[in-house]
Amino acid sequence: MDEICVKLEGICKSFGSVVANNNINFDVRSGEIHALLGENGSGKSTLMNILSGIYNPDAGHIELFSKRVSFASPKDSIKAGIGMVHQHFKLVDVLTAKENIIANGCDRLTDGFFTSGKAMTARINEIEQKYGLVLDPDKKIYNMSVSEKQTCEILKVLCRGAKILILDEPTAVLTPQEIRVLFEILRNMKRQGCSIIIITHKLAEVLEISDRCTILRRGQSIKTLNTAETDARELTELMVGRPISLDIERVPIEREKLKPILNVKDLTVRGGEGLNALDRVSFDLSGGEILGVAGIAGSGQKELCEAIAGLERVAGGDIIFKGSSILRLTPRDIIRRGITMSFVPEDRLGMGLVASMSIIDNVLLKSYQNMPGIFMNRTEGRRIADDIIERFDISTPSPYHIVSKLSGGNIQKVLLGREINLNPDLLITAYPVRGLDIGASYNIYDMLNEQKRKGVAILFIGEDLDVLLGLCDRIMVLHAGKVMGIVDADKATKEELGLMMLGHAENGRLKG
Amino acid sequence: MEWLNQLSLFLQTSVQMGTPILLGTLGCIMNEKVGHTNLGVEGMMLMGAIMGFITGVNTGNPVLAILASGLAGALLALVYAVITVTFLGNHVVTGLVLTIFGTGLSSFAGQSYTQSNLPESVTKPLASLDLPLVSDIPILGNMLFNQSIYVYISILCAILLFIYMKFTKPGLCMRMIGENPAAADASGINITAYKYIHICTGGFLCGMGGAYLSLVFVPRWQEELTAGMGWIAVALVIFATWDPLKAIFGAYLFGAMRALGLKIQNLKIPLFGHEVTIASQFLDMIPYIMTIVVLIIITLRKKKEYQAPASLGLSYFREDR
Amino acid sequence: MLKIQKKQGLTHKQEVILRISTIMIALIAAGLIMAVLGYNPFTMYSKLIKGALGSKYNFTSTITKCIPLLILSLGVSIAFKMKFWNIGAEGQFYMGAFGATWVWLALPDLPAIVMLPLMLLTALVFGGIWALIPALLKHKLGTSETLVTLMMNYIAIKWVTYLQYGPWKDPAEKNMPKIFKFTENSTLPKLFGVHIGWIIALVLVVLIYVMMKYTKFGFEISVLGENAQTARYAGMNVTRTLILAVLLSGGICGLAGVIQATGNEGRLAADISAGLGFTAIITAWLAKLSAPMILVTSFLFAVLLQGGAYLQVAMQIPASVSGVIQGIILFFVLASEFFTNYKIVVCKPEVND
Repeated sequence: MDEICVKLEGICKSFGSVVANNNINFDVRSGEIHALLGENGSGKSTLMNILSGIYNPDAGHIELFSKRVSFASPKDSIKAGIGMVHQHFKLVDVLTAKENIIANGCDRLTDGFFTSGKAMTARINEIEQKYGLVLDPDKKIYNMSVSEKQTCEILKVLCRGAKILILDEPTAVLTPQEIRVLFEILRNMKRQGCSIIIITHKLAEVLEISDRCTILRRGQSIKTLNTAETDARELTELMVGRPISLDIERVPIEREKLKPILNVKDLTVRGGEGLNALDRVSFDLSGGEILGVAGIAGSGQKELCEAIAGLERVAGGDIIFKGSSILRLTPRDIIRRGITMSFVPEDRLGMGLVASMSIIDNVLLKSYQNMPGIFMNRTEGRRIADDIIERFDISTPSPYHIVSKLSGGNIQKVLLGREINLNPDLLITAYPVRGLDIGASYNIYDMLNEQKRKGVAILFIGEDLDVLLGLCDRIMVLHAGKVMGIVDADKATKEELGLMMLGHAENGRLKG
Repeated sequence: MEWLNQLSLFLQTSVQMGTPILLGTLGCIMNEKVGHTNLGVEGMMLMGAIMGFITGVNTGNPVLAILASGLAGALLALVYAVITVTFLGNHVVTGLVLTIFGTGLSSFAGQSYTQSNLPESVTKPLASLDLPLVSDIPILGNMLFNQSIYVYISILCAILLFIYMKFTKPGLCMRMIGENPAAADASGINITAYKYIHICTGGFLCGMGGAYLSLVFVPRWQEELTAGMGWIAVALVIFATWDPLKAIFGAYLFGAMRALGLKIQNLKIPLFGHEVTIASQFLDMIPYIMTIVVLIIITLRKKKEYQAPASLGLSYFREDR
Repeated sequence: MLKIQKKQGLTHKQEVILRISTIMIALIAAGLIMAVLGYNPFTMYSKLIKGALGSKYNFTSTITKCIPLLILSLGVSIAFKMKFWNIGAEGQFYMGAFGATWVWLALPDLPAIVMLPLMLLTALVFGGIWALIPALLKHKLGTSETLVTLMMNYIAIKWVTYLQYGPWKDPAEKNMPKIFKFTENSTLPKLFGVHIGWIIALVLVVLIYVMMKYTKFGFEISVLGENAQTARYAGMNVTRTLILAVLLSGGICGLAGVIQATGNEGRLAADISAGLGFTAIITAWLAKLSAPMILVTSFLFAVLLQGGAYLQVAMQIPASVSGVIQGIILFFVLASEFFTNYKIVVCKPEVND
């Protein structure tokens, strides 16, 4: 049990000028679940990508069962019995689960040149039974839910006979109930003698599932602990490097002073394949209030934001902004009519900002339309950019710097800064802290709370239930485009929200 | 029964005109299935045509001539692979340059061969077989059984490629690379090797396609012998929705269009008592127009299986984040 | 063992060094190949330069070759900036020339001062519309513009061939079928020995540079090119920007067509572009879509084309050699792009202890 099966020593890896791993030491014992803990950008994924042969380390070496190995490609790592389930699934959409699994082991041509479907189905069934997994091997990936895709990834790794499993943020996209199922599978695998490395930044999960944990901070390995001998507070301190309060401040609201800003009535948006992406969604939002939106990924959050912002075609219902309908207004109409609404989209560099352009051009992205003449007024842009950089403490060499070369936290500050700078009455934010480290996340929460104090109505799409419960005043839960209920954050529990996310209505009844 | 005879010969020519297009299309499919748009088909076909011809004239050996044509295409494809796979160059621009280069080099290499003729030792084994009895079947006989062995080889290539893609593990890996190279890489597939092998094999087929013209169909060398067939091949890949079997029929259909354009300068159609003349140029346009129509249809159908490989035209570097 | 690593972009100076050394290496490689083929590379290069720049006549010919290429590249660059992969410059070129010729045939007696602007304008419209078709297909249905524009090239060429062999055939031409020759009122005047297409081209360089860099429209094109989602999010009128930019892109290519036909060739024919529409894609791309750089790359290509043509006379090397040299240089340049973002490092094999 105590035999060391994986040992990484002195691992260094840089990307251009970014040092992702700096002399990291890390080991895993046979048959243990080892959590790799650290903030975003602390180097967890890089380290595991090195172990799975995707990246080549600049320095350092890897030992497996006390034997020095070097991986030139993922193939070598796979041969050595290591399997990784990536955060962004590595599956081919147009193929079935089975085909994905076959392709995965296909370098072994000794098993035959042709793809033998029946044999593989048998093997998949056998493994499914052994570990308690459920998946139809002939289902195409593009028809699968997120948790099914994850199951497929795990199957892929197991079919290859991997004994050392790496899971990168496996719980990020799952509901509490799905997480419980996953953990059961992991415990099964551990009982069968597998070693499991699980990357996460969620402390509760570390404490629940792992035997030992290693903490990384800024590319360095800080400490390895026995999970039983530690607690959330110590782990956070090690992760962040200083004592930090994990409580999110909730600015109290005075109900009687609230003035309604946004009123959404029976909002319906068509999705693919005859389904409604949003189905008669109704809610109110007042100034000085944060309304959280919870739900499994793809439950209609994106469509909700985009419908309000005028980016999505609405099939029915109405959106009232400060007393008048803004239904079917395009973003252009919204900007030109001076409607004070800001939208921080989920995909920062894919929608909110232009990655390859300077901060100046990015702050002008919306306001240039209301400037006179046919030329861009970059002098004005420079002024606004300087203003935002100072006000939100953005660290950048100059306002001419290309946005994509900033750090994740600063990119988000540019985006949020531009939107707040427009002095909105309504601020829509979709996953504003995704991918940010704890410090930067708290920065963002503070910025939102400040807007709330100023009387701005905030729609906050979140994924981390702890954050939603801590920050928001009310939480609306979406499931398959329907509202399962709107609950007060100070009275709700995570389990309750989790059930609602799975389609049980507020009172626990299953809702179609 | 003159028109029956005419029809039979016309079908035979259609298949012959379609053969170089078919080989070019198969080559292009192999490129695109590993995620590389190769607009250099025309260049590779021309290089294949001239190298096959030169080898044929000088050695008098048809097998060597065909091999040489394939190797010439593969060599050019290798240049493309080095630039786009290893050096991550832009696929479209590299492909265009490949065509410019191949066109230039082929006319350069072929300048002293414009008057040459192939020895009989080459032309004879590649001549139409004219199988007894079966080739006399009305209408279809000439098309099916009175063809050069080259035509049957090209059909065999298409069938083999189909089996390879559909039923074998390397074929599955190839498709995986075209769809999602990161996934293929994480699965331990040697992406670089796969890409090189498939791009070069594709080039081999393109080169063979060109040589069909210079060794069998014409059979002489002249500058820009392929006359845009390479571009039709690029288009046909979409027409056939990346399926080698459909490519056979597509190629013959497009071949028929070209044959029609060659055979009759002006097509005269009686219409409402008048005789409407359709110039051959309009017949020549049909393959291009049809490709656009097919392109529109497959985009409208939105069936995932009929779409281009998802990572087509994108370079892959493992450590990109 | 060699490994590839990503690195920070290059400084300006490093980039210049990289470009120059790439071209040098490419020229050496091309020279070696020529030497193997039995030609003295030094004589060849000096003749090539002489052929392109050596005399007033040669220089004028080079400029004449440069004009259509430059205008085509400028046209393509606008669409490319929007990530609209317009490889249909060839077709737009012919449709522009066709439209202008049509105007001239329909109204043959207009004075030059009315005729020429009208022809240029018609070319702009015809080229633009030819480009607009694939743009609308892409915008409304999502059809790949690369292939549609490619196919439309051949449709345009076949169309002009049809006119040349059919309705517009000049009965006075006995040998080869040819379209009527432009009359004096429809021929571009000359200035300093070259038709005034060069003035139009230079004006376009300045206009397009200013438009792309300083105007709101240029900004919208860039944003749309980077990300259509962002453009929509920012409230840009995506359809309008797309249509205008594509019309402009195709229109300018059409302009190149009419300028080539009336300024240089004297008549429309199905082979007057000689593949320049494809070469333009390369020049535009090499210049990173910047108008002043396009001026440079187009000129260099014109030198290569004119020099190559001269070699045929001077050294009996076939003109196709310029295609070969072009290809070799471009292969090197394409591969060298890699070194702006990546580096190859030699890593010593680990010593196992």
